[in-house]
Amino acid sequence: MAKGILRAKAKAKGGNTVVKIMAKHAMETGNRKDKSGNKIAANYIQTLSVAYQGKTVMETNMGTAISKNPYLAFTFVGGAKGDELEMTWTEITGATATETAKIK
Amino acid sequence: MMNRRSVLKAVFTGGLVAGLGVLMPRVALAAWSKAAFEAETQEAAMGALYEADPSASAEVTLKAPDIAENGAVVPISVKSSLAGVTSIAIFVANNPQPLAAQFTIPEGTLADVSCRIRMGKTSAVTAVVTTNSGSFSASKEVKVTIGGCGG
Repeated sequence: MAKGILRAKAKAKGGNTVVKIMAKHAMETGNRKDKSGNKIAANYIQTLSVAYQGKTVMETNMGTAISKNPYLAFTFVGGAKGDELEMTWTEITGATATETAKIK
Repeated sequence: MMNRRSVLKAVFTGGLVAGLGVLMPRVALAAWSKAAFEAETQEAAMGALYEADPSASAEVTLKAPDIAENGAVVPISVKSSLAGVTSIAIFVANNPQPLAAQFTIPEGTLADVSCRIRMGKTSAVTAVVTTNSGSFSASKEVKVTIGGCGG
């Protein structure tokens, strides 16, 4: 299981928390071919969900049209400095992991 | 005792096979839709997600570049001033699989998301915002000089 692919920045500001997440991932679409013309198997992040204090604040389903090293930014109401966000991602292969980030 | 993390993990891995329906009905609504994400036309992808075709609305703001020099990375952001937004989806009409992403917006999260998408060629990008009262969309044509899909 690959771990630690997410880079997250979360900032509490004026009662809201701005979350920016970048995942380090090739996001293979399954449409690309290698040098000898064989199709490269699809392997991309399918879902990414972010939870704050047990409550899901964002859930993303991604398809092949998401760029390599996907980036996601959103804002939710609430959140305090020092609290943790839990981010869970799942690849199309079934690999999954949960990572955490602190709100700054 | 299982802590939250292991429960979540079990739900997410198990959910792929068993379906999330029983454990988390709210999440099941937004489960990754194979039919929608693997659809090869925008109509088919929208048909898999929405009951009726979304109607164009000025309250949906789609921010995208006019010309994307590199189709592999196209920044997109979608905002909406509509009330009760539950989800936002992004479609790229001319991509092999037009549905790029679907965001579930729980209460307390603003209807304002940004991400980066891949575009094979010049295409219309459509954002669809779903609220309690229906689906609304906004489109924009994005010119791509270098494609980012296939090869």
